[in-house]
Amino acid sequence: MKASAFAYARATSVANALELLSVHGERAKVLSGGQSLLPAMNLRLIAPELIVDIGQLAELRGIVVKGGVLTIGALTRHADLLKSPEIATHLPLLKDAVAHIAHPAIRNRGTIGGSLAQADPASELPACMLTLGATIIARGVGGERRIAASEFFAGIYETALTPQELLVAVELPVPPKNSTYFFHEFTRRHGDYAIVGLAALAAVEDGRFDDLCLGYFAVRDRPLLAKSAGKLVDVAVTSAVLSEACSALAEELDPLEDQQATPAMRRHLAKVLLTRCVASLLARRDLCAGGPA
Amino acid sequence: MTATIEISLSVNGERVEANVLPRLNLADFLREHLKLTGTHVGCEHGVCGACTVRVNGDIVRSCLMLAVQAHDATIETIEGLSDSGEITDLQAAFRERNALQCGFCTPGMLMTAQDLLKQSPSPDREQIRDHLSGNYCRCTGYQAIVDAVETTARARTGQSP
Repeated sequence: MKASAFAYARATSVANALELLSVHGERAKVLSGGQSLLPAMNLRLIAPELIVDIGQLAELRGIVVKGGVLTIGALTRHADLLKSPEIATHLPLLKDAVAHIAHPAIRNRGTIGGSLAQADPASELPACMLTLGATIIARGVGGERRIAASEFFAGIYETALTPQELLVAVELPVPPKNSTYFFHEFTRRHGDYAIVGLAALAAVEDGRFDDLCLGYFAVRDRPLLAKSAGKLVDVAVTSAVLSEACSALAEELDPLEDQQATPAMRRHLAKVLLTRCVASLLARRDLCAGGPA
Repeated sequence: MTATIEISLSVNGERVEANVLPRLNLADFLREHLKLTGTHVGCEHGVCGACTVRVNGDIVRSCLMLAVQAHDATIETIEGLSDSGEITDLQAAFRERNALQCGFCTPGMLMTAQDLLKQSPSPDREQIRDHLSGNYCRCTGYQAIVDAVETTARARTGQSP
């Protein structure tokens, strides 16, 4: 189908975009790469009265590393993240995750800011932000707000952003040198939205987890930083310990039912991912043998 | 409030000026305003890949881009790639290997395959499948398409087929 009629404004600066949003707020939608917004409009799931196109705002594009923090501009495309030497060096988890987002032609338009503001519970980047401890920078006419990723995602397509605010950048602390990561998602076909996915970051010392962050996606209405990770930190991980963590994980999830999977199937797959993740990060193949895999 | 917007862009090397409604997507602009009907419109929500075109050198879904977003951009369609001779060998390989039947997906397939070959001149079959994974073909079962892309890659890099 075709999108219904709307008015269009091409923002000439961030200040101009914020003025437009302060006047039109609720009736407007911000257009960056359009890879989620335009399908929704073409399918007539939404019909905004005004589109504020921020695509030309070069100041919102780019990746900067400074003082142990990576700042990524909202308009940085998935394709830019994939090609960035800074991301490959400091945040290989993010690079791995981006390779799972849709297809090349989509990654050439889709942006990190767009993906986070869209907050699709089955998308990769929101979960990565939780795992990596990101701070989301939102700007309004009155100034800037820094929002922890853990406070940002509020539900299906819902975030802490007000209709008058613009997501301008994300800040990601560079993980310690000895960090390791795991990323995997289950999909029906390559490039589809995940049935269940996991973005994990860990610090491993002498075969034990010093730290473990498990960012799950498509397991409830928003990404989840699993508390059950705590059961695996500072202990000798045995099959029994892992099995207990898996049970605790299943309790934490609140999976949605859709055409792709039942809640029970999603719980099962989340446990499979946890088992594979722990076995991979600790280089312990034996842990996969008795688990739910 | 839904007035037309003036746009100026380059399409296959020619300057184009137009007034368009904001809701018009780039695929419909190319097909209906410029009569460049090689760009096909399938699903209209970014899934099938039949509308793939190049914008500033990158492949994109023209159904997921508004014509107004193409202001100041350089667009290349299948007509442009075909007329310039850039993909003559790839087109011949598709024909020879029967890598098309109805032909609906073919412009998008050629666009995407050429994009891969520009970035990675000697892809293996897995890389070819990965790059083409966002382009649907309901006739061939993909095997022949992967063959044709592989054959073209080998010929271009001087390897025997």
